[in-house]
Amino acid sequence: MLDNSLSYVTDDGRTIGGVVMEMKNITLRFGGVVAIQDISFDIREGEIRAIIGPNGAGKSSMLNVISGFYVPQEGEVLFHGKKRPPMRPYEVARQGIARTFQNIALFEGMSVLDNVMTGRLNYMKTGLFSQALWKGKAEAEETENREVVERIIDFLEIQHIRKTPVARLPYGLKKRVELARALAAEPKLLLLDEPMAGMNVEEKEDMSRFILDVNDEFGTTIALIEHDMGVVMDLSDRVVVMDYGKKIGDGTPDEVRNNQDVIDAYLGVSHD
Amino acid sequence: MPEQLVFAMEVTLNGLMAGVLYALVALGFVLIYKASGIFNYAQGVLALFAAMTLVGIMQGQVPFSHLINAVFGGHVTHFGWNVPGVVAIALTVAVMVLLAWLVQVLVMKHLVGQEPIILFMATIGLAYFLEGVADLMWGSEIKTLDVGLPQGINLWIDETTFNIFGYGFFIDNLDIVATVIAALLVAGLVAFSQYTKQGRAMRAVADDHQAALSVGISLNFIWVLVWSVAGFVALVAGIVWGTKSGVQFSLSLIALKALPVLMLGGFTSIPGAIVGGLIIGVGEKLFEFAVGPLVGGATENWFAYVLALLFLVFRPQGLFGEKIIERV
Repeated sequence: MLDNSLSYVTDDGRTIGGVVMEMKNITLRFGGVVAIQDISFDIREGEIRAIIGPNGAGKSSMLNVISGFYVPQEGEVLFHGKKRPPMRPYEVARQGIARTFQNIALFEGMSVLDNVMTGRLNYMKTGLFSQALWKGKAEAEETENREVVERIIDFLEIQHIRKTPVARLPYGLKKRVELARALAAEPKLLLLDEPMAGMNVEEKEDMSRFILDVNDEFGTTIALIEHDMGVVMDLSDRVVVMDYGKKIGDGTPDEVRNNQDVIDAYLGVSHD
Repeated sequence: MPEQLVFAMEVTLNGLMAGVLYALVALGFVLIYKASGIFNYAQGVLALFAAMTLVGIMQGQVPFSHLINAVFGGHVTHFGWNVPGVVAIALTVAVMVLLAWLVQVLVMKHLVGQEPIILFMATIGLAYFLEGVADLMWGSEIKTLDVGLPQGINLWIDETTFNIFGYGFFIDNLDIVATVIAALLVAGLVAFSQYTKQGRAMRAVADDHQAALSVGISLNFIWVLVWSVAGFVALVAGIVWGTKSGVQFSLSLIALKALPVLMLGGFTSIPGAIVGGLIIGVGEKLFEFAVGPLVGGATENWFAYVLALLFLVFRPQGLFGEKIIERV
């Protein structure tokens, strides 16, 4: 269970709890290329944890390790204090880890509502035959799931496009629908892969507000990747900085900002 | 009413019925293609395999009896019992589900992420393998299949049309039953994909694999499910066609009739498969009726393919298929 001895209350009154997820000495290689080299960090309950770094630093690889899309060659992943055996992505999702993708992965042919409903698939327990034979129970379950979904749709202000096929939506709204789908799973840990990528300033501000609100309102633990430094520093409680597959900084935004290695990585000091 | 028009009406009705049968076969293709992007060449053989298994189980045949006799020198062929149709169908469904699982675990699972052409080649291999297995399991002689579907001319239609037009339509009872079965099957499939958890997951997988994984859907499970459903559709097609023209090797060739249907309807649309089937069915019967006598008949053999060719030229995505837009 969670070790709550580390918990503290932030300046804005949110409670940060014990360690939800711990990455221990993770190394990930693709053939001869080392994408992640011996990286350790943790994510605490209720916090917004950012992973930043220049292009090709291995941020997305790290997120894919957490969500089970990649299996690291070395190191351990501890979820709620327990070592996680190598798992397939869908098994990780069933454990309560939801994610969004850098290049939006939505079900383009379905409506917004149907897309968000897929986030509830794992809460639907009724079997195939009882769905066919015992309509009442399946209906009650559907209603229950619909309520959760509608609350999230309201919260993210996408009511007006509920019935619209996703393929027709503009980029910014698609990103928001993807966030809604991930939230519908009521995740214990929410992973956001560059939630602000490709957005204009206004859309970025909207998205930042939603991320903060989600964290505040639902108490969702969030780990996000971003390379827009400004946005990250405003959003997150703690930041991991990666460069060339290595961890070069870890701490509060202020600590990271003043870290010489981080400054070098971002300003581009030669690596020799 | 002019005689020609009455004939044309009868021909159209018969065409619609034939079209339903084509649509049945095409449905199996669409299901697998939508969910996994695989063009399943083995769909026709799947129907043959299902029909042979059904007959074998009903007649109490010992599976692989030739092989067993050859190896152990016995003379077993039959268990000596007959299984009632309903039970045999249930058992055959179980066999098809098992087959779906084997196909996924032994073949498709190892080809995830491969080019579509590789997957297509795999299904060609599967088709020949299944054909051989079906022969080895149940023998290659022509069998009659009778699960109790009514056959022969429908007298009520014959009489009614005779009273109205002074000419009785010949409509086969089996065609009518097949139409009803096909309608039920399609309604069932639509309900399944729209209203059940598994159906929703199936649509999700068809749309985006990564996204499906991220909401906790097991691709493996869904693909076994899809192949099972395709096997079930193949069984239904096998029962109808097998009852009509006997269970024999040529049953696997009905898949060829499904190809033009798919060109018309599009590879990704269930309504497309049905409408495409009907158009081809009616089209080839009417064409034969109107043009056939002028060119010496037998236009039914090529009409569907020429129509498909025209569609390939002018509307490659079919009537209902997703438009192919390449963004640059």
